[in-house]
Amino acid sequence: MNFGATFWGPMISFALFVWFTMKYVWPPIQQALADRQKQIADGLAAGERGQKELETARDEVAALLKEAREQASQIISQANKRQAEMVEEARAEARAESERILAAAREEVEREIQHAREALRQEVANIALIASGRILKREVDAKAHQDLIEELAAQI
Amino acid sequence: MSVEVGSNATDYIRHHLTNLRLDLTTGQIDSSAMHFWTLHIDTLVMVFGLGAFFCYIFWLGARQATAGVPGGLQNFVEAMVEFVDKTVKETFHAESRVIAPLALTVFCWVFLMNLMDLVPIDMVPSIMSAVGVPYWKILPSVDLNLTFGLSLSVFALIIIYSTMGKGPGGFLKELLFHPFGPWLMPFNLVLNIVELAAKPISLSLRLFGNLYAAELIFILISLLPWWIQWSLGTPWAIFHILVVPLQAFIFMMLTVVYLAMAYEHH
Repeated sequence: MNFGATFWGPMISFALFVWFTMKYVWPPIQQALADRQKQIADGLAAGERGQKELETARDEVAALLKEAREQASQIISQANKRQAEMVEEARAEARAESERILAAAREEVEREIQHAREALRQEVANIALIASGRILKREVDAKAHQDLIEELAAQI
Repeated sequence: MSVEVGSNATDYIRHHLTNLRLDLTTGQIDSSAMHFWTLHIDTLVMVFGLGAFFCYIFWLGARQATAGVPGGLQNFVEAMVEFVDKTVKETFHAESRVIAPLALTVFCWVFLMNLMDLVPIDMVPSIMSAVGVPYWKILPSVDLNLTFGLSLSVFALIIIYSTMGKGPGGFLKELLFHPFGPWLMPFNLVLNIVELAAKPISLSLRLFGNLYAAELIFILISLLPWWIQWSLGTPWAIFHILVVPLQAFIFMMLTVVYLAMAYEHH
């Protein structure tokens, strides 16, 4: 048909445009694509790492919680024991105190009895003296018969 | 443009198929010049303009290409680059810095040129004749100079890649001894030369033929009365939305396949 010298035009343009594409279009796009690929890969890796870290943290938390729970129960049981001990101690102390008070009271009573006995003895001696004086119709010289009276009082 | 049916129809068709010619021997615009030393100004302008348009758009997209979130244009350019890159890698297995950008250029350039087929057929010639230019064939794919210009470039690349891939001796050996061994050397040579020559010719004529037929049908449709044109024009145009990228893709694919065949050992 009408084939002519025109075909050089497209050939030269072709070379020019291919050169241009090779130089100014292809490399930046490929670079951007490669960079993005790397970014995405990095992001995914980071995500995975985060996931793993989260799992580790979760395990750690669980371990810590378990330990804390054990400690708490230990503390509670210790406290319970201590409470029982304290109650026991208080009970023992109270018992000792009550015994002490009882002993003191007993002693007091003893002393009172002794005292009363002494007073009674004196009283009986006096009565005996008065009675014997009445019988004898005369004063008994208390001084003269002091020994006798004391002996009598001691016998009661 | 409705043209009176009759003897004018032939003129109308001929007008649409005539290039704006510059006769290099006389230096005059003369579209009746029919010898080798003529330049098709319209083809040259369209070819260079569309190629430059492709380069500009892709340069805009690639200029500020970032690895971050890409914008619309960068997205488009990236999609094209990845598409071509994948297609090329499936076919051309050796390392090459040239093949993939070349394939991208071929695909986009041929696509844009074929796309001119869908521009309303009378629009550009009418505008140009109003400006004072008598002929303007907007579709460069319907110029053998363009299709052969491309396919001869590919042919030159086939020779270059054959020499690069197999070495000059290896290439010569293949031409002489393949496929029937040294005893049928002349026969082998003829066969191989035919095979080699068939590549650019088929590549060129396929594109030309497809688009020429398409354009001719569009011209014929535009000869119909205006109120019926849509009933044929619309399906044909829709069909060409398929044909236009398909032919561009075939041209690119075959270019890559030829170069791969040339470069790789059999």
